[in-house]
This record gives sequence, C-alpha cells and structure tokens, in this order.
Amino acid sequence: MASISSLPPAGAEIRLEKISIEFGGLPVVSDIDLTVGAGEFVCLLGPSGCGKSTLMNLVAGFVPAAAGLATIGGNPIDGPGRDRGVVFQSTEALFPWLTVQENVEYGPSMRGVGRAERAEAARHYIDLVGLSHAASRFPAELSGGMRQRAQIARVLINEPSVVLMDEPFGALDAQTREVMQAELDRIWQATRPTILFITHDIWEAILLADRVVTMTAGPGARLKTIAPIALPHPRELASPEALEIYRELREGIAEEVRRTLQAQGLDRGIAA
Amino acid sequence: MRTASSLIEFAKRVSGAAPGRFFTGLLSVMLGVFLWEVLSWRFTPLFLPSPGLTLQSAVELWDDGTLIQSIGASLARIMAGWSLGVLIGFPLGMLMGYFPFVRRLLDPYVEFFRFIPPISFITLAVIWLGPGELSKVILITYTTVFIVMINTIAGVVATSELRLRAAAALGASRFKILTTVIFPSTIPSMVTGARVAMGNSFLTIVSAEIVAAQTGLGSLIWTSRNYGKTEWVFVGIITLGVLGYLCDRIVRLFVKRTLKRYAVAV
Ligand SMILES: Nc1ncnc2c1ncn2[C@@H]1O[C@H](COP(=O)(O)OP(=O)(O)OP(=O)(O)O)[C@@H](O)[C@H]1O
Ligand SMILES: [Mg+2]
Repeated sequence: MASISSLPPAGAEIRLEKISIEFGGLPVVSDIDLTVGAGEFVCLLGPSGCGKSTLMNLVAGFVPAAAGLATIGGNPIDGPGRDRGVVFQSTEALFPWLTVQENVEYGPSMRGVGRAERAEAARHYIDLVGLSHAASRFPAELSGGMRQRAQIARVLINEPSVVLMDEPFGALDAQTREVMQAELDRIWQATRPTILFITHDIWEAILLADRVVTMTAGPGARLKTIAPIALPHPRELASPEALEIYRELREGIAEEVRRTLQAQGLDRGIAA
Repeated sequence: MRTASSLIEFAKRVSGAAPGRFFTGLLSVMLGVFLWEVLSWRFTPLFLPSPGLTLQSAVELWDDGTLIQSIGASLARIMAGWSLGVLIGFPLGMLMGYFPFVRRLLDPYVEFFRFIPPISFITLAVIWLGPGELSKVILITYTTVFIVMINTIAGVVATSELRLRAAAALGASRFKILTTVIFPSTIPSMVTGARVAMGNSFLTIVSAEIVAAQTGLGSLIWTSRNYGKTEWVFVGIITLGVLGYLCDRIVRLFVKRTLKRYAVAV
C-alpha cells in the first residue's frame, strides 16, 4: 500500500464478503468480495448502471444485502451512521434552508455538541475546504464546486472513519475538478479516513487511489480487476507508469461497456 | 379621503407589481367597472345597482359603522379558525406523512370527511357549540385542517430521499430527521395548503353567517334582501373579494419575509 502519510490511519476497514444486492428479486451485484484497509483510498470504476452506487449505498447502510456479510471495523453494517460519511454526487443533498456554516454544523448539533464549540469546528472545516468567505451563504448562492466543497466539509466535521464519495466531482468543469482533486488528496493525507470513491474518470482514479477496483457490466455485476497504484503522492499523471495503468484500466472498462451496450442492443457501429 | 395618486401608490405597494403590470391590471379593472356601468343603465337598481350607487352605499355603510363591524366580525372568525386549523393541520399532516401507522389510523376519517362540505355541519355546530362565535370559528378550523393536512402529507412524502439519507448518515435520529429535514422540507406545501384554506375559509364563513349569524359580511349580504337593498349585496361581495385578496397578500408578504430560506414559491 502506498501510504506516504506519517500519521497513523484514522480509518476503519470495510469488509465485504460474498455480497449480493437485489432490487425486486433481480440481482444488481453478485458475489462481491472486497476489503478496503483502514486508511486506504479505493476507487470504484465500472460501466454506467453496473451497481457502483448500489454497492456504496450498502456500505452507507441505505440498502440491505440480499446475501453476504458487510462489516465496518469488524461490526456488521446495520443502517446509516455517522462513522460513515457520504458525499453524494448531487449537491441537492445539502440542506437548502441552512447556510454553509449551518450545514456543516449539522452533524455536531445532532450529537449535542454545544453551540460555540460546533461553530468553531465548522469554521475549521469550512476553512479546510476554502469556503470561509462563503460561510454565511445558502447553497443556492454557491457555484457547483463550492457546494461540493461544502458537502465535503459537512462530512469531514463528523470525523468519519469511512468516507463514501459517489462521483463527487462528476458535475464540475475540468479546472474546478482538478483543484478539488488536489484538495481531496491533501485532506486525505492529513486526516486519513478510509475512502471509497466512485468515478467514471480513469485519470481521477489514478490520481487519487491506492487501489482501483473495476466492475463488470450488470445485471449481477461482479468485481473484475483490482489494481494497486504504487505511485507517490502528489501524483504526476504525465509519467509513463501512470499512462500504462491508464491503458490497462481503459481496456478493461471498454470491454465491459461494450458488453453493456450489446446487452441493450446498442452495439451497432461500435468496433468490437 | 386618500387622493387618487396615493391610492395608486398604496395599491402598488400591496400588489407588489411592477408599474407596467400594475397599470395593465388597473386598466382591466376600469374596463370591468365600465361594462358594469353600461349594463346598469338597462336595469333597475333593485336588479343591478350601478357602480356609483354601490360606492355611495359603501360610504354610507362605512359611515354608520355597519361595514367595518361586518368586516371585523367575519375577519375575526376567519383568523381565529384559520390559525387554529393551520396549527392543528400542520403537525397532524407531518405525523400522518411520517408514521405509516398514524396514517393508517386516521386515513378513513380523512378520506371520509374531506368530501363533506364544511357548511353541512353548520346545524350540528350550532346545536353542539351554540349560536355564538365558537360554532363559526370551529367550522373554519374544520375547513382549514383537512386542506393543510393533505398538503402537508404530500410535502412529507415528497421530501428529498437524498436529504433524508444525508441526515441519517450525519448521525440524525429518526425524530431529529423529522424535525430538522422533513419539517423544513414540508413548509412550502404547508404554505400552499394554508393559502388555499384561506380562500375556502371565506367561502365557509359567508355560508355560515347567512345561515346562523347576526353579524359579518354574510349576514350583511343576506339581510340586505329584507330592505330591498341590492347595492348592499354588491358592497358585501366586493368587500369579500378585496378582503380575500388582501389577506392572501399579507400571508405572501409574511412568507416572503420570514420563510425565505425554505424556498416557498409565492
Ligand atoms: N431503487 C431501485 N430500484 C430498482 N432498481 C434500482 C434501484 N436503484 C438502482 N437500481 C438498478 O440497479 C442498477 C445499478 O444502479 P446504480 O445506480 O448502482 O448504478 P451505477 O453503477 O451507480 O451507475 P452510474 O455510473 O450510472 O451512476 C441499475 O440497473 C438500476 O436500474
Ligand atoms: Mg451511480
């Protein structure tokens, strides 16, 4: 594992054993075996609709498993909890009736942290994501990138041992995304939670992850490959090693995407 | 008496409309009054009193205190009954929307009573609560409760799944989710319900006052018949329209000022 940080890992291990998830009797993912080590950063790649979000929702405690065992730090997952922070793809997840400051204070206020103490903690995390100038604004008054940063601060203030991120930067423009990726890398180095991160962007995965996990096309999707990225942080994507990893991942995913399209009868005109 | 220009100023402030739009509205109203005037030339005042006659009787009714007393009586009943209805309907709707058990428990009653016009209860209201204010107030409350409740339930059900999940993942308990996510999410539909209920309260109060009251605009409209004063009927009707409009504006203004962050569209 390519851990560079000198801090001890604050994360907890995610362990999935023979996990299957069904919707209405139909399998979405089948037979998933995956262990994400404490403090590890794992990216999940796979064709659209294969069940990445579903798998993450299981870890978050939003959906149950049809079969198998899922544990966090050894304890079976039973519903959502503040030990697992979730950064949703959509910033609609922010509470629009609360300011950034109030959104970030939400977690601490739920566990009864005093007013002054949680305000100070919120200021710290808002500063960490670079939103101090916008603390008193409502989400509707922020740009997409700022909203996503607010969401990240709202999760980090709870000091979760696991952070689940579902395409958090998917809706951002390329420049903002790059800044956010660097920020996330920095924050992860500093606080060391376990991170499970979904993305469609192979370069993003290479930039951030200790290991990249790819999934096969659904229904009944399985894990396809697990590739360690043994490059030092902060990473240089222009290196030949990075390019080689990129080629491999892209080939694997392209195969699954073709399979998905074939299953949907949309493969005409696409070279096999 | 206000001058015409200050009246326009006042109307503009109340309607909150841009000058151009305000004058389109004003023009439309003037056209309507003009048509009314022309029509009134062809009929007796008993059948269709002219705008002038109506205005004159309005001034008379104002001067002798009848109009203000009627407005006061009707408004007091509406305000008391409506506020009580919102205060009961909102939490009830929240509980019904959130707890399936409460929903199943109360659903038969809601589905039954929502189709019964409030005014059909006026007899029972008078028998049980007496001919005084209480029967009318409770009737308005009854009108309001169901509308606010049904709208609130719809709001609870429509609460963003994403935000519910976010709250749960941030450590909120089931009860905290109710108070910190569902409650604020439901405010827009509750406000919609409250505004619709305000309109229906006007319908109910007039019917109730016609049947069982000595005061109020409904009573004024009804007793005018005994004096052959059709113009009083007109005064009563127009007052109701203006009053309803003003009440709605006040609710909207209040909502805009205090509930801005809940994204209530008014
Ligand atoms: N609540 C649900 N009920 C029924 N089917 C669902 C539900 N949620 C997801 N699915 C199905 O499960 C499959 C996986 O969905 P999921 O959202 O996990 O895919 P994904 O890999 O995250 O896709 P994307 O990359 O497009 O976000 C899809 O076929 C979807 O239709
Ligand atoms: Mg998804």
